[in-house]
Amino acid sequence: MATRTEFKNPLIRWVDDRLPVFTYLDHEYNQFPMPKNLNYWWNFGALASVVLVLMIVTGIVLAMQYTAHVDLAFESVDRIRRDVNYGWLLQYIHMNGASMFFIVVFIHLFRGMYYGSYKAPRELLWMLGVVIVLLMMGTSFMGYVLPWGQMSFWGATVITNLFSAIPWVGDAIVTWLWGGFSVDNPTLNRFFALHYLLPFVLFAVVGLHVVAVHVTGSNNPTGIDVQAPRDTVSFHPYFTAKDSVGLVAFLMFFAAVVFFAPNLFGEPDNYIKANPLQTPAHIVPEWYFLPFYAILRAVPHKLLGVIAMFASIAVLFVLPWLDRSKVRSANYRPIHNGLFWIFLADCLFLGYIGANPAEGWFVWGGRIGTIWYFAHFLVLVPLVSMFERPRPLPASISEPVLKEKR
Amino acid sequence: MADEVQASDADGEESSRRDFLYLATLAAGAGLGGAFVWPLIDSMNPAADVLALSSIEVDIGSIVAGQGITVKWRGKPVFIRHRTAGEIQQARADDAAELPDRQADADRVERPEWLILVGVCTHLGCIPLGQKTGDPKGEFGGWFCPCHGSHYDTSGRIRKGPAPENLAVPHYTFLADGIVRIG
Repeated sequence: MATRTEFKNPLIRWVDDRLPVFTYLDHEYNQFPMPKNLNYWWNFGALASVVLVLMIVTGIVLAMQYTAHVDLAFESVDRIRRDVNYGWLLQYIHMNGASMFFIVVFIHLFRGMYYGSYKAPRELLWMLGVVIVLLMMGTSFMGYVLPWGQMSFWGATVITNLFSAIPWVGDAIVTWLWGGFSVDNPTLNRFFALHYLLPFVLFAVVGLHVVAVHVTGSNNPTGIDVQAPRDTVSFHPYFTAKDSVGLVAFLMFFAAVVFFAPNLFGEPDNYIKANPLQTPAHIVPEWYFLPFYAILRAVPHKLLGVIAMFASIAVLFVLPWLDRSKVRSANYRPIHNGLFWIFLADCLFLGYIGANPAEGWFVWGGRIGTIWYFAHFLVLVPLVSMFERPRPLPASISEPVLKEKR
Repeated sequence: MADEVQASDADGEESSRRDFLYLATLAAGAGLGGAFVWPLIDSMNPAADVLALSSIEVDIGSIVAGQGITVKWRGKPVFIRHRTAGEIQQARADDAAELPDRQADADRVERPEWLILVGVCTHLGCIPLGQKTGDPKGEFGGWFCPCHGSHYDTSGRIRKGPAPENLAVPHYTFLADGIVRIG
């Protein structure tokens, strides 16, 4: 890895001798050995980084037109959609881009869970990924407040009030978060400042995430280690091409939403200007928060509900140590495989519960879903990993690939 | 697999097919990239609401000879001056003087008594003095820019100082007696 690439172009060589950026690019994105059996589920990391860049560039030009003031914010967003050249396009890309980002990252996360990508030696890579999800949640929440519609305002009120559950100092913390006695202009201003800052923090953590994956190398569908060069192909052209195919398909989906259903993921109430004296009748968070929202509501105690919600993400940090099995891929773990699909269904179920009012069977459904969520990580995964008898693993990455060919 | 690729690479036809696909992909990527970058750039151009404010109507009926007003048009000051007979005469006489940016007074006005100028010095964009009573009007009785000392005459022409051009004349129309539309 430490060897330099020899470049023919003298200017590139001159720069590379002093700052080996070209050697780095050549090693990490040209020659980099990738397991040759990766399927399309391995596209989503690359897709996520593309969405991050799209969000940053559209966000920068939108910030040039946006006014962070309670009296002007709503109108300034309306002006972006109506008067600014291509403002409708940029605003819809940015607004739906948040949903796209979560779709891609959730798939990426579940792929990591299914194929055991969090296990040694990739624990830190996985934990950086969880940090990325947390940063995305903070960033998207604050971004959702900026248009200053009814859902922006009441979403901000509800989420900031979560911190009032902290014993003794809760109210003081909430007042500090607001910079006043309710969500108001100081809150909007600081959310805008942080919404501009956090994507760059996110970008840096994504950088660490990429460095980490280039140290350990990518996991693969068999979950077994790369043993010899014949198990790998170079990143370019094999995965630049494969990622490009996935990217084109993904961008078609993204464009279809932006052009034909731009409000698919949105709430109509957010096109009503924020009114601090009236809460909308039915208030729901954005879809990507729904499972966590369901967990919050499932616990009939304010502080414990908030703790459960944060714990539902925090538990991901320790997943590498909860799963004791040495076998990574769920393809070779019959019971764990079943558990994975039940867990995925449980997350979707919690999302459905979160979208509905907390009454009738939704209350009990939410509780059962929440209990299953935590039982999955804290009981089922550790136990199964200790007692399950995995199916025999292939001798090498090449073996099943060659078998399939015949 | 790897052997096949190498074999086809050695083959001239296959390799040119691959080159074509490679170039076509690059071209499509560049086209898409451009199609995405253009809205980003164009969003920074004047928006529809800004363009909608690009013309204004001004009531000039109450301005008596010797008075001037300043109105804001496209974020810039516009000087509207009701010139006295003496000023008009002076301006016409100066057509023959030494002018860095030669232009006859008749070409700078539609009606001789109304001089309408963009009040931005052509040097570096300051606003020349001379609109208010008591303002220095420069050596030629018109306007004087305090930033770097440009002197403009009663037709708004540059006479002395670093400014390279005369004060600009905006496009305007007299709609009726006493109303002028600028822009």
